[in-house]
Amino acid sequence: MKQIQTEPLVRIVKKEDMPAWQKIAVRLSSILLALIVSAVVIYAITKYNPIMVYQTMISGAFGTKTRIWSTIKEMLMLSCIAIGLAPAFRMRFWNIGAEGQVLVGGIVTAGCMIYLKDLPAPILFVIMFAASMLAGALWAFLPALFKAKWNTNETLFTLMMNYVAIQLTSFAVAKWENPYGSNTVGVINQNTRAGWFPTILGTQYFMNVFLVLLLTVLMFVYLKYTKHGYEIAVVGESQNTARYAGINVSTVIIRTLLLSGAVCGLAGFIAVSGASHTISTSTAGGRGFTAIIVAWLSKFNTFTMLLISLLLAFLDSGAGEIASKCKLNDYASQMIIGIILFFILGSEFFINYRLIFRTKTKEVA
Amino acid sequence: MSEAAITLKNVTKTFGSVVANDDVTMEITKGEILSLLGENGSGKTTLMNMLSGIYYPDHGEIFVNGKKVSIKDPKDAYELCIGMVHQHFKLVDVFTAAENLVIGIDSHKKLNHREIADSMRYICDKYGFQLDPDKKVYDMSVSEKQTLEIIKVLYRGASILILDEPTAVLTPQETEKLFSVIRNMKEDGKTVIIITHKLHEVLSISDKVAILRKGKYIGTVATKDANESLLTEMMVGEKVELNIDRPDVADKKKRLVVSHLSCDNADGVRVLDDVSFEAYSGEILGIAGVSGNGQKELLEAIAGLQATREGSVVEYFDEKTQEKTDLLGKTPRQIRDLGVHMSFVPEDRLGMGLVGTMGMTENMMLKDYRSGHSIFVGKKQPKELAEKIKEELGVVTPGITTPVRRLSGGNVQKVLVGREIAENPTVLMTAYAVRGLDINTSYTIYHLLNEQKQKGVAVIYVGEDLDVLLALCDRIMVLCGGKVNGILDGRTAKKEEVGLLMTKLQQDKTKKNSQKTKKEAKS
Repeated sequence: MKQIQTEPLVRIVKKEDMPAWQKIAVRLSSILLALIVSAVVIYAITKYNPIMVYQTMISGAFGTKTRIWSTIKEMLMLSCIAIGLAPAFRMRFWNIGAEGQVLVGGIVTAGCMIYLKDLPAPILFVIMFAASMLAGALWAFLPALFKAKWNTNETLFTLMMNYVAIQLTSFAVAKWENPYGSNTVGVINQNTRAGWFPTILGTQYFMNVFLVLLLTVLMFVYLKYTKHGYEIAVVGESQNTARYAGINVSTVIIRTLLLSGAVCGLAGFIAVSGASHTISTSTAGGRGFTAIIVAWLSKFNTFTMLLISLLLAFLDSGAGEIASKCKLNDYASQMIIGIILFFILGSEFFINYRLIFRTKTKEVA
Repeated sequence: MSEAAITLKNVTKTFGSVVANDDVTMEITKGEILSLLGENGSGKTTLMNMLSGIYYPDHGEIFVNGKKVSIKDPKDAYELCIGMVHQHFKLVDVFTAAENLVIGIDSHKKLNHREIADSMRYICDKYGFQLDPDKKVYDMSVSEKQTLEIIKVLYRGASILILDEPTAVLTPQETEKLFSVIRNMKEDGKTVIIITHKLHEVLSISDKVAILRKGKYIGTVATKDANESLLTEMMVGEKVELNIDRPDVADKKKRLVVSHLSCDNADGVRVLDDVSFEAYSGEILGIAGVSGNGQKELLEAIAGLQATREGSVVEYFDEKTQEKTDLLGKTPRQIRDLGVHMSFVPEDRLGMGLVGTMGMTENMMLKDYRSGHSIFVGKKQPKELAEKIKEELGVVTPGITTPVRRLSGGNVQKVLVGREIAENPTVLMTAYAVRGLDINTSYTIYHLLNEQKQKGVAVIYVGEDLDVLLALCDRIMVLCGGKVNGILDGRTAKKEEVGLLMTKLQQDKTKKNSQKTKKEAKS
């Protein structure tokens, strides 16, 4: 009887730890590979020169001063939300309600700009700052309370809170509609610029940069060096261990989510007061979800978040540019983003595992 | 009868940088009972998992009945008549015994419950099992579940059975029963491989003993030529003193009084029922019992982690003033703040005692990271403590910042016990402190406990190995069904006596107890 003995075709085996430079090399080569694969795809679909398409992407993101700022604004927004998500995620509390938390922060800010426009600017800023944080914190507090007291599922709860916030935004837009019948709020206080971030050092975005960088540093220190940060890490790892150590788990959950929501609310403040000067459902525009990817890819390191956000913001504006310049379908440019993200995420697999392919096929009598 | 059932040739298996099996070449004779002996982490289970299709070897060849085979998944293993009973049971709780038998069998025949039950009864009669085919798994005791796993393997026609630490969860009586079943299987011509690290069991059941050490095959000896010290030496690689010290109790003072302690689990089932006992300084109080009989809840209740029913009392007596402090209803933090130095080594080391993803340093500060007024955590002291424990207990780790879950079980336990002892406790509670540890580490732990005892600490040792309990403890309290089923003197108690108390509730005694409680309640 003849029998063919085969090894399995591919086996996945865990790898030993890689040195840091090797990890970076794997990640860089994954980006390179992604660019090559995208080039093939681009050429296959459009017959355009891929290099030209990449150049268009770069000029789309960084071509002019306005474009640079628009890319940076996007990056700051994503970073800010991701920073807000970091403590919750570190605690394994899946806060996917950033979208809603950003929106309520934005609504409150817009409300302050509309109703309190006559207050002196410093006071108005303090009020907007505090109110947006409070609103975001409240939005996160509800799911946190239910999680802490009755162990409800935070994923569903925070997700549902998003829809409430979106409805609230629609309501606010209808209420503050300007001009009448436009179904938008329009630019608030266009003439007086009340409640707008001031122009400092020649740029109106100075405050945006300053606030987000400050948050980056503060959150990094908070998570890494403070007692609170330590408690968050312990609770995230195991609630049993936390109880054993004498940590009041409910308190930590609620406290952390108040912080997480507050920072997300602050992102809404920055978006309205510092960038768009208006409120609509696109104030958050899905960034609350994109920021989840940012938070995860950066492994909750806030400085890495800046880099990842920059990459995503670049890809986003670059894709928009090639869509219009090269008359590519919008979806085609999204495909390129998809390919690049796929390769970056995929590289993590190759950092942790290796594949063993079948080496021989033997015949045994 | 010396035909080989299984032959392994140069089998190697690695996980990352860890070599689990290193060039193992061995032979398993047909129709014999073979004990596979080795310390934890010596690669016994990995090696057997390659026979049962869980893992695939990196290198090497496997022959079954003289034919070279390739076992890619458990199905291949079954086709070769190899069946394995894993340490952790793989049963569906809501199904009956008979239903569990047929799960995963790829057959186009219609399910016939009576047929299955009949063939199950046939197997039971043949080998001497006792199990009702219609019993649901959630109603079964641990030993019944194990019985079912073995029947499952036989039902699928296995002629080579691999049992992974089958006696770890059994009482001495149940172990005896299992052994007689295994002998029946041998009579029937089956080949049985038992993975274990209990020496006396090896000697009593097997025909041959194969020994692995650090992934390498050391050799096979016929059981009749073996003795405990020879086997230990082969297993550890050096001579080991197998006696456990038991210093005399000195300066015995009341430290902890537990009375009428009762509590329910999350499902409302009474897991501790009117437990009363005292723990003294300078003494090791052993707690014996089949696992799951309230040991975990008892320790957690004392530590402030488990809600108790009304009427329960846990009192702590200060070492100097003998002042009484009530511990129940307080959180672990409040207990600490009262100045009660209670250390607790929980059963679930990485899930409760330590944070797996953190390094030694960060684990050192788990209980007192709060000290000081700064909002920042101080890392200097914990770092020094980590260095000290690493040095003194010989913790093998790449560094004190390496996540502790990457360490081996023994080293994890050294980190945990080291931290708990460093707090200068007056009460030290340990749950299954040596579970899964190699012989040397186990003896290190016994030594540490004795050291604490001599320092005047009240040590509570929840254990599962009766031989150790009888050799180490001054008194042994036996828990059964959440009740105290007797407290024995560790120096005079017999193993059978403890085994009996573990499984059989002393009826008259509990009645008396409950009457006593009622009387007290009335007055």
